[in-house]
Amino acid sequence: MRKIIKDKVIVNDDWQVLKLADGEAAETITVPAGRTIVPLSVWLAQKSVLISRTDIGVWIASDERAEALKDDLSALPLIAIDFPTFADGRGYSIAYQVRTRFGYAGELRAIGDVLRDQLFYMARVGFNAFATREDRSIEDALKGLTDFSETYQTAWDQKTPLFRRAARPNAEEIA
Amino acid sequence: MYRYDTYDHQIVQERVAQFRDQVRRRLTDELSEDEFRPLRLQNGLYMQRHAYMLRVAIPYGLLSSKQLRMLAHIARKYDRDYGHFTTRQNIQYNWVSLEQTPDILADLASVEMHAIQTSGNCIRNITSDQFAGVAADELLDPRPYAEILRQWSTFHPEFAYLPRKFKIAINAAAEDRAVVKAHDIGLNLVQNAAGEIGFQVLVGGGLGRTPIIGSVIREFLPWPHLLTYIEAIMRVYNQYGRRDNKYKARIKILVKALGVEEFARQVEQEWQDLQDSPSTLTVEELSRVATYFEPPQYEQLPDADQLLAQQRHDHKAFSSWMSRNVRPHKKAGYAIVTLSLKKTGVPPGDATGAQMDVVADMADRFSFGELRVTHEQNLVLADVKQTDLLAVYSEAKEHGLATPNIGLLTDMICCPGGDFCSLANAKSIPIAGAIAERFDNLDFQHDIGEIELNISGCINACGHHHVGNIGILGVDKDGSEWYQVSIGGRQGNESAIGKIIGPSFAADQMPEVIARLLEVYVRDRHEDELFIDTVDRLGIEPFKAHVYATPIGGQSLEAGEGIYA
Repeated sequence: MRKIIKDKVIVNDDWQVLKLADGEAAETITVPAGRTIVPLSVWLAQKSVLISRTDIGVWIASDERAEALKDDLSALPLIAIDFPTFADGRGYSIAYQVRTRFGYAGELRAIGDVLRDQLFYMARVGFNAFATREDRSIEDALKGLTDFSETYQTAWDQKTPLFRRAARPNAEEIA
Repeated sequence: MYRYDTYDHQIVQERVAQFRDQVRRRLTDELSEDEFRPLRLQNGLYMQRHAYMLRVAIPYGLLSSKQLRMLAHIARKYDRDYGHFTTRQNIQYNWVSLEQTPDILADLASVEMHAIQTSGNCIRNITSDQFAGVAADELLDPRPYAEILRQWSTFHPEFAYLPRKFKIAINAAAEDRAVVKAHDIGLNLVQNAAGEIGFQVLVGGGLGRTPIIGSVIREFLPWPHLLTYIEAIMRVYNQYGRRDNKYKARIKILVKALGVEEFARQVEQEWQDLQDSPSTLTVEELSRVATYFEPPQYEQLPDADQLLAQQRHDHKAFSSWMSRNVRPHKKAGYAIVTLSLKKTGVPPGDATGAQMDVVADMADRFSFGELRVTHEQNLVLADVKQTDLLAVYSEAKEHGLATPNIGLLTDMICCPGGDFCSLANAKSIPIAGAIAERFDNLDFQHDIGEIELNISGCINACGHHHVGNIGILGVDKDGSEWYQVSIGGRQGNESAIGKIIGPSFAADQMPEVIARLLEVYVRDRHEDELFIDTVDRLGIEPFKAHVYATPIGGQSLEAGEGIYA
């Protein structure tokens, strides 16, 4: 079974990610039994059936928008956001929408090109699960979550900016 | 100036440790070069032609003497004893090794400096007016806002992997010295009719391949909303900016594609629920940060008009230096001195370790221990007593820092070009050198008067050629280096993009091309008319006609043959 990072620990994971191959259509593809993360297009096409299952998650591609899922969020135990390459930063803003704007409280998982050196930022915007790239050490990747112990600005993990929560010195008080 | 507290120190030190580990993993191949590249770029580390180049952040161009001494030390210890000051008010070292970079960053951290986000597809160093705090035409000191933005943008988790680099500049003076219209976001600090302070917000300016002057999307944004409003702009851009083509990925392309009104509408919509969120700035925070930028302990002095008049009468060279390199200060008895890094024979913007040490000492003795870097790649002592000017001049002259050419032809902006940069199509420093030699005569330069000559070695436009009164762009044609010339560009309040005069030229033709452009100016100018105003009045035609009238010695091109004609 593959391992992922979830809530800062390495755990076994049995969710499978469904992808549409060439020639397959969202309306007609058979969603397998068992815990499955389906593409957003499949969810939207087959929602009337899938919504009765409790083992369905949805993944959002980096060129898709979370707005389409806005009304379904409470029904979903897992949302995943795909990073086609780690340098594609759209997933961070999608995570912002899912978490901060739409108030999603379930598992938010990063999938795709997910690597140690981006985990700190991903965690800040609201990801709590990371399906890190399987050709890299997941133990090593876990260290990426603790690169920094302090941050200036607000994000999902810290709702109050440093300037509102710390008594910072002015020019006369600075040592 | 701003000083690090325990939070700033901790964050910067954790960055050094993080990067040290990333370098270790790269050297042991745990990280591939493709994976490492964005990480090193966000630490200002480029792979250049011969070696790595490290770009160090100098937030809004402000330095202490202690920091400058450290920059000199780094030049000596890790590089070839010089550094290159850049058009983003930063400094670059051209000859560092990957293995030593973490140690350089640790040395920088010891003097409250870093290389964070000086490159890469993230929010870059916030730039501002080099005369902030001392300029008479300033509404308010913009630096507290620049520092607040520096902190906010540092490791912003959502905006570290943008479609492309992102540059923000703030101006607070009547004369825009921060080139705000050529930035992804340009901020003009303004006061509204009710006397409130806020920002006029521009987006979508930029140079590079598609030069565009920024558009106003909000005439007045009350200052407490600075961070949330910029967050809204960034989020629209991060989601909708193009990622399929790096040449179309800057925010200016998105703004053009959507139209300014639609882009502004999307930003306003995004901002609706951010407005008044906890990131909204407080009076307490602004006041706290502003304490770091309070004026130094000026003495109450009269203006030294009589003394200066006598000194200028006695020393002609001092007098021309005063005319070009010294500006009025808002405080009586003081003056602003620009130390020229544009001595003929030296690459524009370069300073040796020894020169940096000298400038640091001068800053300590004459200017409250602080100095500034200008986007024109010079250094500024902002708070010099008028009675010290002659002493400052003498010392600066002794160390090659007193060329009286600020604003003149040889005060060129120039990128490192093909001698160093692997992006460049052509060399730029030798062109600058050849032009500087041809027009070295200061009387001639003074007769020509104020003119901006900007040189970029490629379309990325690090040398701001589009906004030069004369712009020179290096282009590649079948593997050889050519230079395309434009005239009519401007920075500042009347920012404009220059127009290309015609086919490109070979390197050895360039001094003559400049000479011919200047001949038209001298021939046709009205009294007291600047070069740029003559170009505006006449258009490019007479210049073009004269430049191409007869072949220029060397490898002249047939009309129409230039690749960018």
